Amino acid sequence: MSEPAPSTGPSVFAPWNDPAERPLIQFQNVTKRFGDFTAIDNLTVDIYAREFFALLGPSGCGKTTLMRMLAGFETPTEGYILLDGSDIGSVPPNRRAVNMMFQSYALFPHLTVSENIAFGLKRDKLPKDQIAARVDEMLRLVQLQKFAGRKPHQISGGQRQRVALARSLAKAPKLLLLDEPLGALDKKLRTDTQFELMEIQETTGTTFVIVTHDQEEAMTVASRVAVMDHGKMVQVDTPDRIYETPNSVYVADFIGDVNLVEGTASAHHRDGKIEIHWAEGKPPIVGTPMQPIADGTRCTFAIRPEKVHISKEHPEGKSNIMQGKIIDIAYLGNISTYHVQIPTGEIFKAQTANTRRIERRKFTWDDEVWLWWSETAGVVLTG
Amino acid sequence: MNPRKALLILVPYMWLLALFLVPFVIVLKISLSDVELAIPPYTPTLDISAGWAGLKDFLSQLDFENYVWLTQDDLYWKAYLSSLQIAVVSTFLTLLVGFPIAYGMANAPDEWRPTLMMLVILPFWTSFLIRVYAWMGILSNEGFLNQFLLWTGLISEPLTILNTNTAVYIGIVYTYLPFMILPIYSTLEKLDGSLLEAAEDLGCTRTTAFWLVTLPLSRPGVIAGCFLVFIPALGEFVIPSLLGGSDTLMIGKVLWEEFFSNRDWPVASAVAVVLLALLIIPIVLFQRQQERQQEAEK
Ligand SMILES: Nc1ncnc2c1ncn2[C@@H]1O[C@H](COP(=O)(O)OP(=O)(O)OP(=O)(O)O)[C@@H](O)[C@H]1O
Ligand SMILES: [Mg+2]
Repeated sequence: MSEPAPSTGPSVFAPWNDPAERPLIQFQNVTKRFGDFTAIDNLTVDIYAREFFALLGPSGCGKTTLMRMLAGFETPTEGYILLDGSDIGSVPPNRRAVNMMFQSYALFPHLTVSENIAFGLKRDKLPKDQIAARVDEMLRLVQLQKFAGRKPHQISGGQRQRVALARSLAKAPKLLLLDEPLGALDKKLRTDTQFELMEIQETTGTTFVIVTHDQEEAMTVASRVAVMDHGKMVQVDTPDRIYETPNSVYVADFIGDVNLVEGTASAHHRDGKIEIHWAEGKPPIVGTPMQPIADGTRCTFAIRPEKVHISKEHPEGKSNIMQGKIIDIAYLGNISTYHVQIPTGEIFKAQTANTRRIERRKFTWDDEVWLWWSETAGVVLTG
Repeated sequence: MNPRKALLILVPYMWLLALFLVPFVIVLKISLSDVELAIPPYTPTLDISAGWAGLKDFLSQLDFENYVWLTQDDLYWKAYLSSLQIAVVSTFLTLLVGFPIAYGMANAPDEWRPTLMMLVILPFWTSFLIRVYAWMGILSNEGFLNQFLLWTGLISEPLTILNTNTAVYIGIVYTYLPFMILPIYSTLEKLDGSLLEAAEDLGCTRTTAFWLVTLPLSRPGVIAGCFLVFIPALGEFVIPSLLGGSDTLMIGKVLWEEFFSNRDWPVASAVAVVLLALLIIPIVLFQRQQERQQEAEK
């Protein structure tokens, strides 16, 4: 977040790196309290037009509250929210060019699927044929043409979710808030809808803020991901940087699978690298810190399982080598995760792609194996 | 069907049989009889000792004379019509008063709701008759209402309210208000607040959201409330006879007079049977509505 992204071509969409760009939404020191409970804690963040901004975080961290403030259902206890540069604190929800897809869908039970989708368009007093055309377009988009005449209680949970999505998309708002829009869809439909969303985003230029519990989804669709914890944004960054260079143990642990090793740092001679002493009598782990670290600092070394290599023979000329025994194998189809216990008791996870059929697998339970990783594969975290 | 299930279903049917069907058959029989100065004041009575011939004789004496009579004297159909009118108008008035109260209760802070609910039900703790008599004290020419209005200077002459149809409307609205409030309240309370937010989000003002979302979704409660008021109001007897005037014509009053003033049990029974037939229509409609509602909620 703090340092500029590596220099990239002009075609890459990164308005957050451009100081001349004006954000669409600005949160300025926004705090939201319910009684004495702080749901959003002094939050400052800019969201740019045409962004696909994903909120990720554990249950109860304030994602919905943040969305509700954008939609106008909650007002900040402190601070300001600016939309296009002007404070929207006192603008009622029906006057905001913002539509929200509710976590509970909030479909009108007395209206049919197409009437639900048409609801917002009718409020704009559009001509009838225009409304009908738009409703048709939306029904086609979410593949619900056959169910247009049904009431919400006559369709499945996933179909309801798609109606809610279509209803919020129908008005083509400037800003679209999606609170877990795809949670109830099966994998295939979800992937389709994700790409559909991205396409809508590209064709309409709508800005999306999306809440999701699915990291893969956040990684797929988002231009930037914000990882939240207790009403704060711990890290706001592009998906790859969130994954590759988390700024804290919290983020590293929250996103994806990770091996964490705690230890004490000591400066290393070679090009800014450091050694982490993590167990008595064990060679230190060599890693690359994001910021310079003073000698003797407690720190955590984090490395993703897919960056840990596993082999039967001792790897020659590599650093960060460990020997251990496979105690568990998680077979996930395309990949397998090996849980390897080293003599001091710690368990490391290593992941490999399953390029061969399962019966020809190289490793099995209780095999003695070697683990190793390169000096730049992991990150050193102090937070 | 297994015997246990049959037994379970049998209980309510027995109940219905004992408390509705048997009395109804008796009333129906009386309505087909002729009046007589005797005890009981009608003829024929079934003489079981005469056996089969006795039964035949008994059946041959039954006729529809009394029903024909109901169509000949215009008192009866006027009374039915007038009851219908009073019931419809007072149901509508009860709705007008009850809906805002139910709406207010449903939107009150959570901690207030039990108290408000209590206040709605509280009048049931005293006798219905006493409450109607209390209204006589309030509405009479020297009553509290007139005294208060005279004191404020709004009127210079006391208003005649007691013994008019206005008093009957007031009485019915007052008495049946809880039956209107409770079903409406229960639908409004269940109403998902996020629906109103969604409506606002899609461009509704608070008022249009009320018309487009709250009102249609409270319809089952409104319908239930209307039936619960309309059905008893149609046959209401106590309120029109205590608060109404001599020109207040309601079928319940006619029924009472036939029974106790004229001692014409057969005609009174015929009036009752027709009233029941009239009531069955809204009751069946009500049942159908309830079933459809349950269907929709599944
Ligand atoms: N109206 C309210 N009154 C009191 N507390 C509230 C209210 N709304 C939310 N909260 C609290 O604020 C916190 C954040 O809630 P929020 O709904 O934003 O969580 P979330 O991140 O969306 O969680 P989830 O992933 O489960 O949807 C929660 O602890 C919740 O209990
Ligand atoms: Mg939420």
